[in-house]
Amino acid sequence: MDLAAVILVEIVYAIASLVLISAGLAIVFGMMKVINLAHGEFMMLGGYVTITAVKAGVNIFLAMILIAPLVVGAIGLIVERLVIRHLYGRLVDTMLATWGLSLFFVGGVTMIFGNTTTGISTPIPGFPIGGYQVNGYNFFIILVSIILVIAMYAVLKGTRIGLIARGTMQRADMAAALGYSPDRVYMATFFVGSALSGLAGAVLAPLVGLVPSSGGAYIAKAFITVIAGGPALVAGLLSSAGFFGLVNQAFAFALSPVVGEVALLISAVILLRVLPQGITTRFFRGRL
Amino acid sequence: MRGNQWREYLWIVAVGVALIVALPSAIDTYTLTVLLVYAMLGLSLGLIWGFGGILCFGQAAFFGLGAYAYAISAINFGESTIPMLIAIIVPAAFAAILGAMMFYGRLADVYLGVITLVVTLIFYRFMNSTAGPEYMIGSARLGGFNGIPGFQTLNVPGYPDFYVWGDSLYYVVAVALLLVFLLVTWLLGSSFGRIAVGIRESETRMSLMGYDVRARKTVLFTVGAAIAGLSGAFFANWAEIVTPGLFSLPQSAEIIIWCIVGGLGTRIGPMVGAAGLSYLKFLLGQQSLVDNTLITGLILVLFVLFLPRGLVPAIVSVAGRVLTRRNRPSRRLRVRRAANG
Repeated sequence: MDLAAVILVEIVYAIASLVLISAGLAIVFGMMKVINLAHGEFMMLGGYVTITAVKAGVNIFLAMILIAPLVVGAIGLIVERLVIRHLYGRLVDTMLATWGLSLFFVGGVTMIFGNTTTGISTPIPGFPIGGYQVNGYNFFIILVSIILVIAMYAVLKGTRIGLIARGTMQRADMAAALGYSPDRVYMATFFVGSALSGLAGAVLAPLVGLVPSSGGAYIAKAFITVIAGGPALVAGLLSSAGFFGLVNQAFAFALSPVVGEVALLISAVILLRVLPQGITTRFFRGRL
Repeated sequence: MRGNQWREYLWIVAVGVALIVALPSAIDTYTLTVLLVYAMLGLSLGLIWGFGGILCFGQAAFFGLGAYAYAISAINFGESTIPMLIAIIVPAAFAAILGAMMFYGRLADVYLGVITLVVTLIFYRFMNSTAGPEYMIGSARLGGFNGIPGFQTLNVPGYPDFYVWGDSLYYVVAVALLLVFLLVTWLLGSSFGRIAVGIRESETRMSLMGYDVRARKTVLFTVGAAIAGLSGAFFANWAEIVTPGLFSLPQSAEIIIWCIVGGLGTRIGPMVGAAGLSYLKFLLGQQSLVDNTLITGLILVLFVLFLPRGLVPAIVSVAGRVLTRRNRPSRRLRVRRAANG
């Protein structure tokens, strides 16, 4: 019974962390059809911002929820204006340019912070379930992911900004004809996407030893989750994160964590072979 | 037509031999060997991406697979001739299966990129986790993140005690690269190569004309993997160790950067890009003022923004403009030149 509870928590946690690391990429890809391969580095930057702020004496939750997203969002804004803006509609070129950006950030952070592991301790203590010790911080990550998904859905569905965003997503030219500059919308979207990447990196920072190349660990998973999810933003994110999180944890518990990782990757290959345009072209069509 | 082709081959051999002889006086042969190995790897992606339109994010998988296949079979056989063949066959066979799976499923663009990337990651993760003694192939331990050291390096066929190393390894690699280049030239000049370029331009049109696009893409993908595997085997011989780092994401990124910087749709471009950037990296590695990765990234961003066609086509078009001012060739010739690169 205790074991079942622990496994359940672990599965939900795996799904929640996949949602968290993919949300920023999903928004940028869903809105602008831009694959941001520097996404993992945005997360890495979020982690470094948090650690720097905490070491400067800022409250850890303030640093994670507010400072990291704002700083990374601002970096994203600069990147969008300088590089991405010139490459809209050229999918492969944006992938290559953002890949270059990711290397640039890795190099830059290495020069500033050095190629060593830094980290902070988790602010929430663990507690036991029966004979097992559970990391209390996992619940914080699950909570953040749930709030994030609800907020995304509410903003897109319920507000005027969300309406404009959805309109631009479907027909950029129509939105432009109605007086909403796609350029401005894309700029704002990229800011939000980068800020969410920064938030994800910040929230996950206490769990990992951070090195400048940490971003590489996230990008593949985020990339797979977003592509496998397909065109619907929230439904795609939830369905593919749910699927991959389940596969990952099931195999990790049955065999070993490495097998879990490999099982996730293999299931991604099979899933893309069967549903090449993503899950939401077959199921949940036309949803958000 | 036929005469032209022979003349082209002769030119390639002449220039190639001249370069093979001349280069060691500029750079030492040890560094030069690995530059040529990378040039071969660049050529393999240049072939399938530049002429077949297949953007493979996982060319490093075939490179690593070739290196590992060589190392494992060299330990088991105790000589190098059959392992060299195995190092070509294994990646090619794997690419044939993977390619058939992707192309018969009509996957393209990003989806193809994701799958090749994921496959590379699977190898990386798997190889990193094989540290235990239970992971053996024949008498070779896979060694996890420590890799496989101490395998039999290249020897004269039939004489396992006559090692090919140092200067002679350079000449072997250089001649192999020349042969691969001739092979690629022949392939692109054949009807298969022309149809491959046609598929790159418009898949729908080529399939409406009755060509089996899926089979042709699979074959091209396989040829590219075979070349990458060969370069991997040479890399194993040069480094004398193979590690999971061969499958890593930065390695895959680098191959793509070489092609972009050198110039897609040309045969020379990816080779120049590979050798040039690797040499630049080697030079930059000797200073500690600016981080290496930062410069690589900056180069990629700047090239995508300002010179998306790459160095070689840009130079060719500038040179062409200067030349045409004096004597303007017919439009047809210019078009053909542009197509041949």
